[in-house]
Amino acid sequence: MEVRVEGLVKRYGRVTALDGVSLGFASGGLTAILGPSGCGKTTLLRSLAGFVAVDGGRILFGPEEVTALPPQARGTAMVFQHYALWPHMTVFDNVAYGLRLRKLPDADVRRRVERVLDLVEIGRITGVMQRRPAELSGGQQQRVALARALVVEPRVLLLDEPLSNLDAKVRQRLRAEVRRLQKAVGITAIYVTHDQEEALAIADTVVLMNAGRVVQSGSPQEIYSRPESAFTAEFLGVSNQLAGIAEAGGVRIGAQRLPYAGAVRGRATLIFRATDASLATDEEEAAPGHTLLRGVLEERLFLGSVYRHYVRVEGETIMVDGTEPVEGGPVTVRVPVAKLQVYAA
Amino acid sequence: MFTRLALRMAATVLVTFVIFAPLSSLVLWSFTRRWSWPHPFPQELALFYWRKVLEGDLFRALQSGFLIAVIVTAATLVLTVPLAYLLARYPVPFKAVILLVFLLPHAFPQLPVFVNTTTLLYRVNLAASFSGVVLIHMVGALVYAVWTMTAVFRSIPESLEEAAWNLGASRLKTFLTVALPLATPGLVASTLLVFLYSLDEFTGTLLVGSPFVLTLPVYMYRTSVGYELQVASIAALVLMLPGLVLLVVLERHLKSEYLSMFGRL
Repeated sequence: MEVRVEGLVKRYGRVTALDGVSLGFASGGLTAILGPSGCGKTTLLRSLAGFVAVDGGRILFGPEEVTALPPQARGTAMVFQHYALWPHMTVFDNVAYGLRLRKLPDADVRRRVERVLDLVEIGRITGVMQRRPAELSGGQQQRVALARALVVEPRVLLLDEPLSNLDAKVRQRLRAEVRRLQKAVGITAIYVTHDQEEALAIADTVVLMNAGRVVQSGSPQEIYSRPESAFTAEFLGVSNQLAGIAEAGGVRIGAQRLPYAGAVRGRATLIFRATDASLATDEEEAAPGHTLLRGVLEERLFLGSVYRHYVRVEGETIMVDGTEPVEGGPVTVRVPVAKLQVYAA
Repeated sequence: MFTRLALRMAATVLVTFVIFAPLSSLVLWSFTRRWSWPHPFPQELALFYWRKVLEGDLFRALQSGFLIAVIVTAATLVLTVPLAYLLARYPVPFKAVILLVFLLPHAFPQLPVFVNTTTLLYRVNLAASFSGVVLIHMVGALVYAVWTMTAVFRSIPESLEEAAWNLGASRLKTFLTVALPLATPGLVASTLLVFLYSLDEFTGTLLVGSPFVLTLPVYMYRTSVGYELQVASIAALVLMLPGLVLLVVLERHLKSEYLSMFGRL
């Protein structure tokens, strides 16, 4: 089921949570909506579910407009951040709830509940079914919540930061599980998260939001390697920011001048990733395709997979990751020109 | 170590004395046939008054008191459960004012409030009647039910209801299958609070119900002003029983988190 929203607006008093959001969600794909807290991503998801009445715009499921439909008539199923399993019901009753509402015969209900619990790999089904949610681990509870949502074969699966309550290890495993399930069922899924790594790992399409607007959307690779704004670059990964003045042919940062061929002029922000930069202790000629920045190495931390170097450049501190430790003192930071982004400040 | 033990024992003895000394005198009085000054203990003990009371009006008072309490409880819950749910879940305007209105009958001295109500009820022909007493009990009892139930509904995470709604349940179905079952412990608690309040209510019952409606507290009052201390003691003991039983049940059901919600209303 293809989902479209057109010009969605939602205001809470003076705060505009959704400021004219238009998006298409591909049928059978997983779209991650990413953004800092308060960016409107949860409001967008809740308006798709029907919990939030929008002030303007349209929501379409396929050809059908659902903007005015109440939640129970929309055919979406939501997986909540805090699982939202009913504590007074057994796992079986939780999962069977949606099917019983549809007045299915008992034998059918039982068969479908068992099948979906098997699909989410809950473990020993017969043992788990008669337990209460509180007797299960967090990871298992979220599997039950997934089963409860999938069993009704919804038109759209909505996931509201479903893994943020779990510890890192379980989160990583369930992330892969969610992706596997979504592909196996072939359902259109919309996944809200504030974790950029999670969004990149899980999604076909990543939508980045800020202040109620869509900042950029595209495939994870696109978003990661070609950020269109300082905000996107900043939000996706450990980034260095330097303030400078862009001119024809170069960017001035304090006393240094870097070659630059782009179109930005005036006050600008330079952004590059810590992993894309590297360090050299001696002055060297710029290798082709590299930009050099002079600075002083102040601090070095061992992070396990890399050493993180803190380098002071023209009064600002930047981070450079490398597999080899570099000793303190004057250093040269090398940044591939292709990885150096310049945005108007 | 020993001083702490001694202190604890002293405290226990004190508490026991404070609680049980008046009770023991009630028990003693209920079995007394004759006890006059300056004798420290009754001169004659007998079951005379117990027999007299159980054959007489006490039973009638107990019966009508229970019936009133049952009706008051049922009517209060029917009114307050939907109201409390609305207050807990929807952006009702003047929510705080509405909640305070229910507290109002308790905020002023009971006697003038009930005297005024009584004159009002006389005008509409409800005074000295069963329904008048039910009404006056509900005025006092509503606050317990509304406040507890609102707190209980508010303690249920909204996402639990959204999950049901989202899966295709109507609002009513969601309320019946999710909110209400989860609120049951609180519902039991407020049922007991209201029931006990009605059973023990005195001022309103006396003013509105006299002379036709007789409940146990009114009966106790009448007998004790008639200096039948034995009868009053027996009535007091009988009146205590349902309270004790229900309070034990209540204590099991009233979770501390509901009480803590009161502060957030």
